[in-house]
Amino acid sequence: MELFWYIVLMTMFTIYIILDGYDFGAGIIHLFFAKKEKDKKAITSAIGPFWDANEVWLIAIGGVLFFAFPTLYAAAFSGFYLPLIMILWLLIFRAIGIELRGEINNQMWKSIWDKSFGIASLLLALFFGIALGNIVRGVNLGMVTDGVSAQEPHYFFLPLWNPSFSPQAEHLGIIDWFTLMLGVVGVVTLAIHGANWIIFKTNSDLNQKLKKVVFKLNFVLLTLVIISLLTWHSIEPKPFHNFMDHPWLWIFPLIAFTGLFGLFKVKSFKRDGLGFLFSSMFLLGGLASTVTSIFPNLLPSTNEVNPSLTLYNVAADQYGLTVGVYWFVIAAILVGVYIFVQYSVFKGKMDDASYGEH
Amino acid sequence: MEDMLFYDRMQFAFTITFHYLFPQLTMGLSLMIVYFKWKFLRTKIDKYNDAAKFWMKIFALNFAMGVVTGIPMEFQFGTNWAKFSELTGGIIGQTLAMEGMFSFFLESSFLGLFLFGEKLMGQKLHFLTGFLVFLGSWASGYLIIATHSWMQYPVGYEILENGKYVLNNFGALFSNPWLMPAFLHNQMGSVITSSFVMAAIGAFYLLNNKHSDFGKLFVKTGVIFGLFASILVAFPTGDWIAKNVAEHQPVTFAAMEGIFETEEEGSEIILIGQPDTENKKLDNKIAVPNVLSFLTYQRWDAKIEGLNEFDQSVYPTNIPGLYYAYHIMVGLGTIFIALMLIAAVQLFRKRLYKTKWILWTLMFMLPFPYIANTTGWYTAELGRQPWLVYNLLRTADGISPTVSSGNTLFTLLGFIGLYLLLGLLFLMLAGKIINKGPETSKLN
Repeated sequence: MELFWYIVLMTMFTIYIILDGYDFGAGIIHLFFAKKEKDKKAITSAIGPFWDANEVWLIAIGGVLFFAFPTLYAAAFSGFYLPLIMILWLLIFRAIGIELRGEINNQMWKSIWDKSFGIASLLLALFFGIALGNIVRGVNLGMVTDGVSAQEPHYFFLPLWNPSFSPQAEHLGIIDWFTLMLGVVGVVTLAIHGANWIIFKTNSDLNQKLKKVVFKLNFVLLTLVIISLLTWHSIEPKPFHNFMDHPWLWIFPLIAFTGLFGLFKVKSFKRDGLGFLFSSMFLLGGLASTVTSIFPNLLPSTNEVNPSLTLYNVAADQYGLTVGVYWFVIAAILVGVYIFVQYSVFKGKMDDASYGEH
Repeated sequence: MEDMLFYDRMQFAFTITFHYLFPQLTMGLSLMIVYFKWKFLRTKIDKYNDAAKFWMKIFALNFAMGVVTGIPMEFQFGTNWAKFSELTGGIIGQTLAMEGMFSFFLESSFLGLFLFGEKLMGQKLHFLTGFLVFLGSWASGYLIIATHSWMQYPVGYEILENGKYVLNNFGALFSNPWLMPAFLHNQMGSVITSSFVMAAIGAFYLLNNKHSDFGKLFVKTGVIFGLFASILVAFPTGDWIAKNVAEHQPVTFAAMEGIFETEEEGSEIILIGQPDTENKKLDNKIAVPNVLSFLTYQRWDAKIEGLNEFDQSVYPTNIPGLYYAYHIMVGLGTIFIALMLIAAVQLFRKRLYKTKWILWTLMFMLPFPYIANTTGWYTAELGRQPWLVYNLLRTADGISPTVSSGNTLFTLLGFIGLYLLLGLLFLMLAGKIINKGPETSKLN
């Protein structure tokens, strides 16, 4: 049962990052590359009818995490208190940035909300990357000092950073060089992903330029991925043990690298959706490979005193998990129907949707 | 520790109070928009469709505010109430996860279609998407109140040796006797807000001689919905909840009614007065004898236990706050019924649109349903204190053990600043929509 809900949760998380990821990416592109009003409008139209439904995945993930793995929900949400609340604030700035720009036809008003949308999207991509880094690196569960736990074994609290910015320090921070590196990977990946979505959903003049941007950023991404892989072992000494035990799991890194290398051919793609498909593959493969490398851990412990949080020691009891399957399957089918309806009504290019104009 | 609890409670109270200003309008308003669309489909009179379109703009703005302030609510269970989440997540996580999966996806997917898809889909499908948005928002209310009901009246659980609460009967979460009265009461409260807002904006147009056709339609619709909702919120739903509280939380009942002494011959109902908890009495009271006993038990001489019967350790934490919240809600509810009755009589006599003083009153009533809904929720929440889960888990034992008071105050201040900005933007944009008014179109 635990494994079922683990797979559900990881699947939902991947879907969320692929869907809301293109919104964040569109925001980053909007911030750096959209100079003309027409380009800006094209970008907001391309994500306008979708971002809200995409954000619902985050709420649904919160709910499923709460219900299936309450101990992890409690420990992680209180332990990562500050960055989580900041993510909430950024989500608000992102939302009002998209929704308010069209409300008043005034240049100053528009540029305020454009910046709000762009900067919030950039920081969200950075924060989600940093969050992934924290999960890989692990935390000081039980807040152990000199072999003594100051809290119950699954609770912890992390400040935003510690002065050494080192992932090996006894008292860790949210931001250290390792997590920051993954944060930058997040920004670059989602910028590429968002550019691909814009190319897919619009006929904007920006598209040719964005293809070049994707091509260049892909080199940056490849470099960052190589550096991450080279430094990974200093955080996680045996990152490949699950892959060695179950060779079929290599499919995930394979998907990731197919996506990454496929994107180098972005300039010659005949169909506009292909780039988006490849960046989605990179996200799917990359996330799946990362969580596989620490499985069955959900949040590793960095001390010897308290055990890591695994899907087995943080789950709700069997009855609740079993009864949840019934309603979840019904709900998941319904969600599939809604998404099908939504994307078939808003299919094709969105340039003329004039999102948010009243 | 005291500080941690205080700031955790303040942050939750502040963010939930602000958040619920928006869903209370959208839940009721979705029903009224569906009514306009239905009228339009039946009569083919364009006015109804234009009215629906105008209210959809107000709805969309409120809905967006509800969404952005709603996500912090779900996250705060984990960030600030970790111990509570850890212990009860296996139970209330069910209803909260169901809310996300069943209602939020439904609402958000079809709201986009409802707002932007009228031309693409045609009128019948457009009505359907509106209905689905209504269904999603009411389902959300239902599941949240199922969660709330479990905290007021825990059912279908057992407690393990490690102190965790686990579910042993899923069906019990939905057959909880607390759930249906609380849900219906809350939804009627929501319809009160939307109908009073509609009537207020209609009255504003009539008094300004602007959009008079729409002004009449809004006042009429607002008064009819408002009359039914004002009556239903008191009876049977409010009455039903009060009886639940009297039966299952007698000390809360005594505190909210302001009853200190037990009267063997039947208890009076307090209309006005200030509780003096130090000396255990009510100052300057105006009361009607025996009515409380009759309302609660349908017998004039039924005995109701006063606060003095109970040990101080089980008293609600904030008795005066609870008492005032409850009395403000009930007082406003009474005024709502009276006003809507008078307005309905004038409507029936075809004089309402000319009766200036009623139009002025309807217009200035706009903030009061919000106050009544908010104080109603304060009654429910303060009434449960000092318990987080009634008689099982104390609020002080539910907070996150590792989040310091300084960190919580930091985020509380951040929320205050951010929500102040959101509130200003909301007022500005709502004012712009109202000032511009409904647009007439020719569809047929």
